Amino acid sequence: MTKSELIDAVSEKLQDFTRKDLEIIINNIFESMTNALAEGDKVEIRGFGSFKVKHRNARDGRNPKTGEEIRIAPKKVPFFKVGKELRERVNNG
Amino acid sequence: MTKVDIIEMIYEEVGFSKKDAAKIVEVVFETIKENLEKDEKIKLSGFGNFVVRRKRARRGRNPQTGDDLTISSRKVLTFKPSQILKKAINS
Repeated sequence: MTKSELIDAVSEKLQDFTRKDLEIIINNIFESMTNALAEGDKVEIRGFGSFKVKHRNARDGRNPKTGEEIRIAPKKVPFFKVGKELRERVNNG
Repeated sequence: MTKVDIIEMIYEEVGFSKKDAAKIVEVVFETIKENLEKDEKIKLSGFGNFVVRRKRARRGRNPQTGDDLTISSRKVLTFKPSQILKKAINS
């Protein structure tokens, strides 16, 4: 299911709202989650899961093509932990 | 950030009542969950993909008692962040 299919499915369930408005809201939801994570904030959606940013230290690596040794810069990566309800639903589904 | 903050954001930026915003947020996440439950992949461009993966049964050990045990086969949910999300976090 893509984002536009999600918008279709949601607008079928919520016929009091226009598809256009629901599209704006769905885009807003995921943009605001991105912004929160970019600010280092944690995002917790009860029943769904939580997102947080983890720090990865700098490390030594190698360019797999040339074999050249390189220093990999420290970076931050987003991390998702599935919530209990969704974990159980996925596993039993 | 929690659902309450998302509802507040919709109220402020889109101008929907908090009641309507709460209903929409609930339906959005419930729809995603219903599809994941059916093993359907969710691809949210700009954010990331949620994918259900099947794990085979494997031998494990109870870390507290050291007893051998079999970890049953199961399905787990994984999230693969988009390049846009990864970039946003590092900028």
